[in-house]
Order: sequence, then structure tokens, then C-alpha cells
Amino acid sequence: VSADSTMPLKSARLKVWRGTSKEHGHYDEFDVEFEDGDSVLDGLVRIRVTKDPDLAIRFSCFNANVCKECLMLIDGKVEYACIAKLHTGLIQLDPLPDRLILRDLVTDTLARKERF
Amino acid sequence: MDEVITLETDVLVAGGGAAGMFAAIAAARGGAKVIVLDKNVVGRGGASIMAQMTCAAALGEAEPDDPQLHLADTLAAGRGLCNENLSALLCEGSPKRIRELESWKVNWARQEDGRINQVKAPGHSRKRCVYVDFLSTGAAICAALRNKVSRSPDIRRLSNVSLTDVVTRDGEVIGAVGFDVATAQPVAIKAPAVVLCLGGMTKMFRRTTSPNNLAGEGLGIALRAGARLIDIEFLQFYPNGHLAPRMVGLDPTTWEPTRVKLGGRLLNGRGEEFLHNYGEAEREDYSTARDTLTYAIYKEVELGRGSPHGGVYLSFQHLDERALRAALGPAMDIFRRNNIDLTRQPVEVFPIAHYQMGGIEVNANMESCVAGLYAAGELVGGANGANRLSGNALPEAVVFGERAGESAARFARGKARPAWDDAAAAVPLELVREARARNADKGASPARLMGELKDLMWRNVGPFRSDGALSEALGRIRTMRERELPQASVSAERIHNGSLVEWFELRSGLYAAEALAMAALNRRESRGAHQRDDFPEMRSEYEMNQRIWLSDGKLVSSFEGFAA
Repeated sequence: VSADSTMPLKSARLKVWRGTSKEHGHYDEFDVEFEDGDSVLDGLVRIRVTKDPDLAIRFSCFNANVCKECLMLIDGKVEYACIAKLHTGLIQLDPLPDRLILRDLVTDTLARKERF
Repeated sequence: MDEVITLETDVLVAGGGAAGMFAAIAAARGGAKVIVLDKNVVGRGGASIMAQMTCAAALGEAEPDDPQLHLADTLAAGRGLCNENLSALLCEGSPKRIRELESWKVNWARQEDGRINQVKAPGHSRKRCVYVDFLSTGAAICAALRNKVSRSPDIRRLSNVSLTDVVTRDGEVIGAVGFDVATAQPVAIKAPAVVLCLGGMTKMFRRTTSPNNLAGEGLGIALRAGARLIDIEFLQFYPNGHLAPRMVGLDPTTWEPTRVKLGGRLLNGRGEEFLHNYGEAEREDYSTARDTLTYAIYKEVELGRGSPHGGVYLSFQHLDERALRAALGPAMDIFRRNNIDLTRQPVEVFPIAHYQMGGIEVNANMESCVAGLYAAGELVGGANGANRLSGNALPEAVVFGERAGESAARFARGKARPAWDDAAAAVPLELVREARARNADKGASPARLMGELKDLMWRNVGPFRSDGALSEALGRIRTMRERELPQASVSAERIHNGSLVEWFELRSGLYAAEALAMAALNRRESRGAHQRDDFPEMRSEYEMNQRIWLSDGKLVSSFEGFAA
């Protein structure tokens, strides 16, 4: 959710890949309101609060682009969701390619040594 | 699938920010086997990595300085409430840790003659604050610590593990319980010493500089384990948090160092300078302490002289593109990417929740009143009293982290490992199993509850407080904790179940929020970062610390001075 309290003015449509393996995925589409400058991550956080808390995403820093967790495919390009801007019209979001898909937009990006 | 992942170690460190990583390094140096875990990613989660610039250390490189002078400044900002032992530890320990970080390849910015550059931050009597660069001091420290941690054979990193409870037996720590975020599997870690470095509770506020993973869980976990909180009513609101236009890719605190460096002008909605109305000289020399600045901005908006988004303007329009670029370098590209042209437009700023001064009560070894339970970093209360100086957060992380790790290793080495107690761990482990899929598909999601809490805290427990607003918040938080959270709907998903993470954030974080509202209600005066509209004066009878703990499931409070 955006830090400021003014009403969002525009609407974007996010087409979000859902699933736990490449072979068995599908897309869900969500309309999200935004004001100019809002990020794709703002939109995803808003979807989790207002429409679908099951959606799997990951991020920590939210605003600063330092945690580097929100990397995904945005309209086919590898980008940070916190930096990519929302715009009116359709935006397609997919998990990172060449990474094991865990669920939805979350892929296995951790070093092996940091896991069990 | 719900099989418990069981591990064993000498020292368990929860939280992978600067305090946690330093604690892990120091514990390993003290001969302990260490596990350091983070709900997000070790070395990238937490607030440290977001620290942009200043780190205070009386190195005396830019001008003569002494840790005792740093201490005097810290105590003055703390308005009579600092635990002087902890403040002294911070100020005396900082130069050593800064030199140590240098030896681990943190490249402190230097003057032309090769000495480390130090700048004067608000509230400091000397040029004392070191930095790596304008934007990424915290990131540089975290990178060096991450590298150091990853090279130690005695430290095991666990990312995506959420700690939910410290487990005790006869009042002594025997380990901790949590779950694996990636699979929802329960995790039990047997350890005679646990160091909590989980940061503050600033995520609980609608406007916050905090990363998403600072939900006050360390406070709730410590309370349930039997520890006490101290001075939790003191939470710092950073005066110049970014408000509008939407800016991504820079921390919202970016403007204060920029304002200091470039002489940015604060203007109200009418374009008038206003700080002089609040006891500050016009064209002030940036010695304005943060709480005075917060007050001035808040009041200006309250009086109907705010900017369009409900803040005030910060203008750099007296500077041209070249001067801005020379001073701000790569930040200019980030402003541009966000369609912000500082030569043509002011930005809007407003106070934003930034730092928690209070926290777990510890002694100078960072040990709580629970044997084997340690804490460090923002989660510790006492060193900063009623307000924190700019630049004292990173030293608090690295100095206290080091001390906590060293102490915990010594403690773990000095005693026979306590027997693990399946019965003591059974209840929190069962909760981890049972929380997933509870009330699935019926009831409010934890994300929604979190949103409500953030609005409530911002509105009622924010920079300016009163009896009515605090009482309302306290009642509401109790209802959320006792009735609404148990009814909340948690997804049945196993893999990266965000609602499970948020449910446990609220389970502990609501204790933290309740403690803050209660402590703020009890302190019927204004002091440092705690400002009461109904008690605007500092009152000498309140020159006491307030402690909060859990007794039979209820939070209780007591005011008293420190025993020497």
C-alpha cells in the first residue's frame, strides 16, 4: 500500500502467473488502482491486502531497492517489482526463468548453504 | 510434511541485519557453534541495509574528539532516561568496531589527506559521523558482514526461517521454535543461548521507513519468554520522510542528509519558511534535533498550512542542475527515473516512523533477565533514552551485536547444555502446525488486520499523543490480539504462505503495539520523542524508566529509576 493517503486515480491490470511448477500454471488477472509513480510491487501488495492474500511474492525493503528479493519477469524482462512502474493497461508478471519455481512469483533464489 | 526440522547449536542468533551478523561473528570468535536465521534473507533483511549515511564514532580524524563527548551528546538527547552503562558502551565501543569493519573492507569515505572523513550530524558537538557514501553506508556494512559470516565454518545461515517462540525450562533458555517460510514446516533449534536481533516495531505504522520484516516480533517473543521491555513509549518519527510524488529506489529518509548537505529549505503550503516559529533561527544551522523538527512540521499541517498531500515542502530550487549533480551524483538518476526534477519542483515531506528507542531491557552484557536470552541492535532499550541521535543506530547494531555474541558464547561455553524439553517445546510447535489453514476462507486475512493496525497506530499512537486517542488504541489493540487474530483466516498453502508469516508477525507484534500504547498512556508528560498534546511539558517526576512485562498473560507496567 502506498505510503501516502491520496486516492489512487488510475487502474492497471496485472496478469499474474500462479502455480507451483512450470507445467501446471495459469494466469490470474487483477485490476489495481494506482497513482502515477506507484510500483508493480505496490500493486502486488495491494492485491494481497484487498483481493487475494494467497498470492506468493517476496520482498523485504519495499522502497529502497536494497533487499533485491522482488526480482521477477515483468512483460518478459527481468526487473525489480519495486522499481518497475505501474501504468494503465495490461502488465504481465511471471516468475524468474531458469530458476526453480516455488510458488506464483517466488523462485528459489537462495544459496544452497542458506537452506536446510 | 509437518515433521519437525530439529537442529542443535551453542548460540542461536535471530535476525540477519548488522546486529545479528555481528553477534554471529563474535559468538563464533568466542568458540561457539552458531546458527543465524532471518525471516527474509540473512544479510539483506532488516533495517541496517537501508541505512543511507551516518554512523557515529569518536575517531577524532576530522577534529579532536573523545568517546566521552559522544556520550555527553547521547545523554543530552536522551533527556535523562539513558541507561548510562549502555550509552557508554555504545560510544566507547564504536571506534573499535568501525576500525574492525574497515579491516573487513568497509571503505569509509576519506579526506584528501587520507584520514577518514567525518561529518557533523544534528545533535552532535563534533564532526563525528563516518560514512561510506551518501546512499549506501548500511549496505556496505551488511555486505562486509555477510562476507565475513559466509566464510566462518562455525556459522550456519538459515534464510526464510521465522522465529516464533523462545523455549525456556525453569526460567532458562533451552532453544527456540519457528517455521520454515518456504515449506511451513515447524523448526526446533536446541540452544542454551539465544540472541534476539529482530529490530523494532516501526512496520506497525502506516507511514514507516521500515522494511517489511520489522514487525516488533522480537518484543513479543521476549515478553512471552519472561523478559522485560524498557522505555517502549519512545519511538522516533523522522521529520522529513518522503511523502510525494511517489519515489521508489531510494529510502524515504533520503532527504535529511540531503537537506543538511545542500541547505534545502523547508516551506509550508504557502511557500513560507516556518521553523523560526518553533524556536529555531531562520536559516538554522541544521542543529535542529529531530523531535523539534517533527513537531514544527506536524503543527504546520495541523494549522492548515500543509502541502497538497498533507505535508510540507522541501525545496532545493535555489540550486542548479550542476550543483545538485555534483552533490548528489547517482541519486540524481534515481530522482529522474521517478520524474522528480529538483531544480523545478519541491518535494513533499512529512514525519514518518523511523526508529524504536525502547526495547528489551538488558545489562551491559546484553543479557535480559532470562538466563540465556540476549538481545542487540534496535531491539534493545536504554542506550538512547527518550530520543536517539542521528548516527547512533549503526553503532548500536555493531557494538551491541558484538557484545551480545561474545557474551552468549561465553555463557554457552560455561555451562552444561540444558536438557531439551519436548513438553516445553510442544505448545509452540503445535501452534506452528495449527496456525496454517486456520479459519481458511472465512474471516479477515492477517494482511488486512495488519493494515488496520498500521492505520490505528499512525492515527492514535503517532508523533503527538493524548489520553483519549491512546486509550482508544489500547482497547482496540487488545481486541485485535485477544479476539480478532484468533479468528483471522490463514491460507492453507504450504509454500511461501504470506498469511502464515503475517499471522505470526501479528501474534507477537500486537503485544509490542499494546506495550507501546500502554506505556505512552502511562507517561503523562512530553519528553524527547514522546509528545503528549494533553501534557506538553517535561515533568521531573517522570524522569524515570518505565518497564513492561507479561504477568498471567496481561501486560503490566512500572516506573522506577535505574539501580546503579
